[in-house]
Amino acid sequence: MILYASWILIILMIILAVLSVQFKDLIAAVVAMGAVSLIISLLFLFLQAPDVAMAEASIGAALTMAIYIIVVRKTERREK
Amino acid sequence: MIYYVGAFLLIGIGLYAIIIKKNLIKILIGLDLIASGTNLLIVSIGYVNGGTAPIFSRAGITAKMMVDPVPQALTLTAIVIGASELALAAAFVVLLYRHYGTLDIKKIRSLKW
Amino acid sequence: MIRKITYAIFLGIIITALVLFFAAFPFGKNKMAVGNYYLKNDIKQTGAANVVTAVTLDYRGFDTLGEVSVLFAAAAGVAILFYVLGEDKKKREKQVYPNFIVRVGSRIIFPFILLFGSYIFIHGHLTPGGGFQGGAIIASGFLLLYLAYPGESVNRKRLSVVEGLAGLTFVGLGLWGLFTQGNSFLFNFLPKGQLNMIFSAGILPIIYIAIGFKVASEFAGIVDDMMCEAVCRGGEK
Repeated sequence: MILYASWILIILMIILAVLSVQFKDLIAAVVAMGAVSLIISLLFLFLQAPDVAMAEASIGAALTMAIYIIVVRKTERREK
Repeated sequence: MIYYVGAFLLIGIGLYAIIIKKNLIKILIGLDLIASGTNLLIVSIGYVNGGTAPIFSRAGITAKMMVDPVPQALTLTAIVIGASELALAAAFVVLLYRHYGTLDIKKIRSLKW
Repeated sequence: MIRKITYAIFLGIIITALVLFFAAFPFGKNKMAVGNYYLKNDIKQTGAANVVTAVTLDYRGFDTLGEVSVLFAAAAGVAILFYVLGEDKKKREKQVYPNFIVRVGSRIIFPFILLFGSYIFIHGHLTPGGGFQGGAIIASGFLLLYLAYPGESVNRKRLSVVEGLAGLTFVGLGLWGLFTQGNSFLFNFLPKGQLNMIFSAGILPIIYIAIGFKVASEFAGIVDDMMCEAVCRGGEK
């Protein structure tokens, strides 16, 4: 049962990564990148690594996304 | 095996975004995708079938049932360094926008000469 | 369009070749060579219950010192890029404060975030966690305060004093092990203690507390530079 849960999560992660490169609205692209980071943190938990999962969730999904959103607010929002 | 395929697909999508896209923020997103894909690849190499987390929390856990602790220590360092490199690149993007007025890399390269 | 399709096919060929090359590392087989030695001799030599902490701070402690230096260089670079020479007082426009729940709720929840982050980096050698994770959680608490009160900032001089003292503690403990104990840099000279107690594993908890303070103040400095850009009230450079 755990094996199929990781298959579904990996396919969802690939779809979200393709979407985050394709979106024209930059805030939507950054939010999709945050979702990829969160799913990678879950996959670290499936691979029996709780230290790395906590580090990825707190640094990769919270602080990096905050910095990206500040940058998009200070520049343009739509990509031409 | 699906973990290796997923990590390499992430690295491939990140490389595509760095080469093709013209917006500076999309290039930053590509850098972040490559870093995350590499971290996933390193941790999934050290996995042992039926293993448990490498912490001596209870009295009944022996050293034979654990997964590899060395890739996890290396990935911890790599995550922090990836985040700090992205913070510096984001500061550069803000200053570039203020100086040139645009985020298109074709215009930024050609404004100089 | 032709360019994009050509690049996509080229990348696809490279990624397929790499995945086929990785079939020589079967997933889930026990391939540990160095990890076996660390798992067997961890309790005797370091006394830490968390093997990842022992590998990061005791067996590979010098790499952690390099990582802390990279983080310091990045935070210093961001601070240099946003430096304003001669402050422009006319740029401080009128700030719009968020509503009542955000303002009061963030002040109530901020001490609990500090407590949670401190718990994670104090118990780094017993449970999953450590200095980097705890420091990032404390920096997220500071980010919450920046969102609730735009236009105000923390005191940058106090943050830099805390960061300097924490870095000095880390390097000072390493040099103490080198010069007075007569062994090597970052030698573990305090007693090992009993397993799963908080005062065990020598100097490992002290180093993780120093790293926690340093990472928290650096990330808070990065967030402050990007949100405020030297025009906020209350922050002196």
